[in-house]
Order: sequence, then structure tokens, then C-alpha cells
Amino acid sequence: MLLEVRDLHVEFKTRDGIAKAVNGVNYSVDEGETLAVLGESGSGKSVTAQAVMGILDMPPGRIPRGEILFEGQDVLKLKEDRRRKIRGAGMAMIFQDALSSLNPVLSVGEQLGEMFVVHRGMSKKDSRAKAVELMERVRIPAAKERVGQYPHQFSGGMRQRIMIAMALALEPKLIIADEPTTALDVTVQAQVMDLLAELQRELHMGLILITHDLGVVADVADKIAVMYAGRIVETAPVHDIYRNPAHPYTKGLLESIPRLDQKGQELYAIKGLPPNLLNIPPGCAFNPRCPRAQDVCRTHVPPLYDVAAGRQSACHFWKETLDG
Amino acid sequence: MAEIIRTSPHARAEHEEAGATEAGAWAVPVDPATGGGETILEVRDLVKHYPLTQGIMRRKQVGAVKAVDGVSFDLGAGETLGIVGESGCGKSTVAKMLVQLEQPTAGAIRYKGEDITKLSGRALKAVRRNIQMVFQDPYTSLNPRMTVGDIIGEPYEIHPEVAPKGSRRRKVQDLLDVVGLNPEYINRYPHQFSGGQRQRIGIARGLALNPEIIVADEPVSALDVSVQAQVINLLDGLQQEFNLSYLFIAHDLSIVRHISDRVGVMYLGRIVEIGTDTEIYEHPTHPYTQALLSAVPVPDPTAREHRERIILTGDVPSPANPPSGCRFRTRCWKAQERCAQEVPLLAVPSVFRGVDTPAAHDSACHFAEEKAVVPH
Repeated sequence: MLLEVRDLHVEFKTRDGIAKAVNGVNYSVDEGETLAVLGESGSGKSVTAQAVMGILDMPPGRIPRGEILFEGQDVLKLKEDRRRKIRGAGMAMIFQDALSSLNPVLSVGEQLGEMFVVHRGMSKKDSRAKAVELMERVRIPAAKERVGQYPHQFSGGMRQRIMIAMALALEPKLIIADEPTTALDVTVQAQVMDLLAELQRELHMGLILITHDLGVVADVADKIAVMYAGRIVETAPVHDIYRNPAHPYTKGLLESIPRLDQKGQELYAIKGLPPNLLNIPPGCAFNPRCPRAQDVCRTHVPPLYDVAAGRQSACHFWKETLDG
Repeated sequence: MAEIIRTSPHARAEHEEAGATEAGAWAVPVDPATGGGETILEVRDLVKHYPLTQGIMRRKQVGAVKAVDGVSFDLGAGETLGIVGESGCGKSTVAKMLVQLEQPTAGAIRYKGEDITKLSGRALKAVRRNIQMVFQDPYTSLNPRMTVGDIIGEPYEIHPEVAPKGSRRRKVQDLLDVVGLNPEYINRYPHQFSGGQRQRIGIARGLALNPEIIVADEPVSALDVSVQAQVINLLDGLQQEFNLSYLFIAHDLSIVRHISDRVGVMYLGRIVEIGTDTEIYEHPTHPYTQALLSAVPVPDPTAREHRERIILTGDVPSPANPPSGCRFRTRCWKAQERCAQEVPLLAVPSVFRGVDTPAAHDSACHFAEEKAVVPH
């Protein structure tokens, strides 16, 4: 297994108390595999990814428990200089907002080339040639002419390609993409997702795709982990989860999105709001919003029950959810 | 210009055969079908150009960003017209002109027959009461230093005739109740609410003056998926309760289909195709609409193998320097010489004219043909 996250907990010290952002997350990705982590804002999907990358702000962040095994090695136990070598060469991240993730006063070529200067000890001149090569790889037209341009001279889609190029620079084994297309228009989003999927196939990388968009997930993922209030509530191969969700939250999400192919009647709406992380409800965190909630849901945290091969659900009533 | 638009379909055809020029392209014939009852808003040849200037002292105008360049549509009473398009297509500028936050460069916005772009003073104020707006971002569109009661009641300061002073508190509490918030929250501040609740506050403010038309610019795109459905259902319910007309602007095609009776697709300042939701989603004839629909990710993993996708190349050109002829031609796979020369009119394409098919709706393409791209 390329990456295995085991029982990861992350909390943040805030003025109002401890915010429990991640509460025991387990997931794994293999080479060439795409795992989609689906969740709403505050579900802990991005924080988990930042912990894996080692870019959490600590403090105020803290990892009280858990293991992150990258190629069998627990990266949480590594010293920062070793960790830094893995970051970039072993795993790399693509962020949502390319404009604020790129340095506005350095040319694109300098920023891409920096990877090779720092990690590979290349000369500036050679690194520039490498930058052009990378830009061609992500299909930026006229790469040779544009390598000296600055981020603001590129369109949103092109900037996101540069982010992808930067992540691919050292040919990492794992890419974490945090809402890579959310800021883009639909037609450009399709271009960028296509490119990402193609490069992943070509380089046989593991891909963790973090998103809130059930449509994007259905298009590219092999398996899904659905997160809610810092926990994974359901994991399954992509086809199973859309056909027959085993957790009321997943079911509610699928029913609440308007569909392109039908003009529906009233949408199903999950009642209430996602919980405050400072004060997560006891038992199952979803119980105040769940149509199936019983007394046991308010007292006992549901473990991840095995539903089928490769499928788990953190619902006391997963059987009933599957059937109806 | 107005005469040209109001001509019969027959005259429209003649006009088209005469060969459209750049100026002629503004004459956009409008489908009289407006779904709901009578037409309460007619938008004709709406244009908004933002000047580009050079120099510090003389500010010489060197060009213009053609944000909206000849948009026409009708809105019926109780009807929802959805406007979709990518960023920069001018959809938000249209919204701002409808509520008179921007003055159009040219064109008319007729509310019950009266051109509101020519009004000022008291007459404009009276019209504004009837056209209200709901904004995209519930975090920046509410004043953090005002209580919810003050925010929702502020419209009454400007239009005191709607609610006399003594009754305002009661009215605001009623509005909170209507949008599904606890009326006791009247003294709370915006930061005490979640995003979805804030959007409800924004909607309550929009409803305060009992308007007939609500212009909603991306009202749910800042919200989480599970909260979006709540707000969409609320908007649906309010429309039925108060017989509101919506102009619903969004980039999410699934949401637009869900809420709209008719849909207009915009590209670079123009409407390229307009029709009922079935006409647009199941029988699109404009290549841009087809590409847009085929690019939407569908939440169904079985569709990914056998779904044809049209991946457009390149980006949207700059509205300061739009392509000649058809503005979509630089990204269109069908583009030919004619597309660079001749501006396609927004009308029923000649191949479908007189044919009884859902494909016979307004589409601004020389080579319009039907292509089903949404999987069933």
C-alpha cells in the first residue's frame, strides 16, 4: 500500500476551546488508484490531507493520535528535513486557488524550476529547460515563450495547469488534489480533470481527490470516503455508493442534488446544519439531522461496520439504510 | 431598433436573409412564449460597455470591455428565467442593470411597458421597490454591525409607505418566519448565523418590499451541498406563495434546470440560445450549449464510460476584443469562414423553422443542429 492513514486525530486550539477537526480517520491509497474524499466544509477532508502532507500549522494544530504510513514508514515520526524530502519527491499537493498559491512576483519558470534547484541541485539554466518541458507536459501552448511570464498573465485554467506541473515536477508517487477544479468554469474544469486523470494513468500515481462535488467524484474516482464531522462515515467502491448508499448522510446528499437529466419536484433537503466542531454531538455526529436516528445513535459512536467487501458504513442501521 | 424586434417571425426571416451585420445582430427576436402569465419585464438590446482608458491626465478612451453586448429576453409573471454561462459572460452585469445598480450603455428594460433606464427620482424609486435582488455571498452582503432586524427592515427606511414605523418590527418578524428563521433572532448579528441562514436573511431582505421580481445572482453557490437544497426549496416555495418572477443567475446547470421554466445560455456578452428547460437540456442546438452540458459532471459513475464529452479547447476570449462574427467560433469545432464574417442571429434556425420539434427554439448558430448530450 502506498499510503495508509490509521486512526488519525487532529485538533486545533482556539479561543473558544479545542476544535476536533479529525476524529479517527482511516484510509488508504494504492499506486494508480484514485480515492475521492467527499465532504462539506468543516468535515475534516482538507485537514486530513494537510496532515498527510505535513503542512498543518502546529500550533495551533496538534496530532494527538494516529499514524500516516507512506510506503510503510510513519511520516509523523520523521524529522522535518526528512519529511521535506518526501514532500515534493514522494507526494505533492495541488491546491484549489492557483492564484493565491503561486508567488505573484516570481515568473512561472522560476517557480517551476525552483523544484529542481532545491531538490535536485540543478543549475538555474537547466532548471528553466525543465520548466519548459513541464509546461509542455501539461499542454500549455507556446511554453517556451510563456515560461518567463508571471502568474497574473495566465488564465484560471492555465494557472491550475501550472499547479499540476509543479506537483508533477519530481514525479511523486502520490498526488493530493484539494478541490482542484472548484474555482474553474465547467468547460475548463473538464479540461483540467481530463489532464489530471491522463497524467495519473501515464505515471501510475496514487491520487487523493478532495471535493464536495458528487459529479466530479463519479467521473474519476475508484473508491470514495465520505467524511462528516471529522470522521469517515462511509467508504465504498464508486459504483456501489451511487447505486445504493449505506449511510443516511450519503443517501441524503445524493438525493439533495438537483439533476441535469431530470426536472425534479421538491428536492430532498437534509434538515439542520453541520455540527460545530467545538461541540460535536455525542454518539453519531449525524444523529440530530438523521431521519433514522434512535436512542442508540445518541449514546454510542457507531464503528465502521463491514457492509461488503471493500465497503464500510458508520451507521448502526446500515442494513436498513441499504434496504430502503 | 425596437421596431425591428417587435416584427413578426416572417419579417424576422427576411431580416436574417438580408444578411446580418454587426449592428443588425443586436436585433434579437424574442420568443413570445414566457411560460407564466403576462410579460412583466422586457429586456431589449441591452448593452453595457466599460470604457478602457489610457493616460493619467487626459484619460483617453482606447477601447471598451463589452461585458453585455445586445441581450434581449422577456420575463413573465410568476415565471423563472435561468441565465447560465461561465465567468465573464456578462450574466451578473445583466443582473446589476435590471436592479439599476449599473446604467446600461444602450438598450431598454421595460417593466410593465415602461422603460426604467430612462426613469429617475421618484418614478425610479417606485419601480425599484418591485425589482429586488438576492446576492451571491451571504458573508459580504450583510453589514456585520447591523442586527438582522435592522438589515431586513432597512428597505422600509427608504420606502416608508410599505410599512409605517410602528408595524415594522412585526413585519420583520413575519419575514423571518417566512424564510424559516426563528422570529426571536431579530436582535442577533449576521456572524451568529451559518451561511445558509445568512442567505435566508438576504432573501428576507429581498422580500421586504413585496416585490414582483427577484433577481438572484448565484444565490446558492457559496453554500454547502446539503444546505443548497434547503435554500432552493425555500425559493421554490416563496415563488408559489407570492407569485414572484425570478431571474435566476447561476453557473451550475443542474440547479438552473431544477428551478427554471426557461433558460438562456450566455457567452461573451450575448445570449446564444434560449428556450424552455426541455428545449435547452434535451434538445440543445447551439454548440456552446452542447459543450457546456456535456462538460457537467453527472453524479452517476455508470455514465462515464458511455457518455460523449465535448471538451472545448482554449479559454474564453477577452470581452475587450471579442472575435468577429460568431463570438464562439474560436472554440467551436464547427466553425467555418461564414462564422467569422457573419454574426448569427438569435432566432429559430432555418432548418427547424416551421417544424414541430422541441429543437425549434432560438439559437444563434449558422450550423445549428440537434445533439442530445445529457445522459438519461
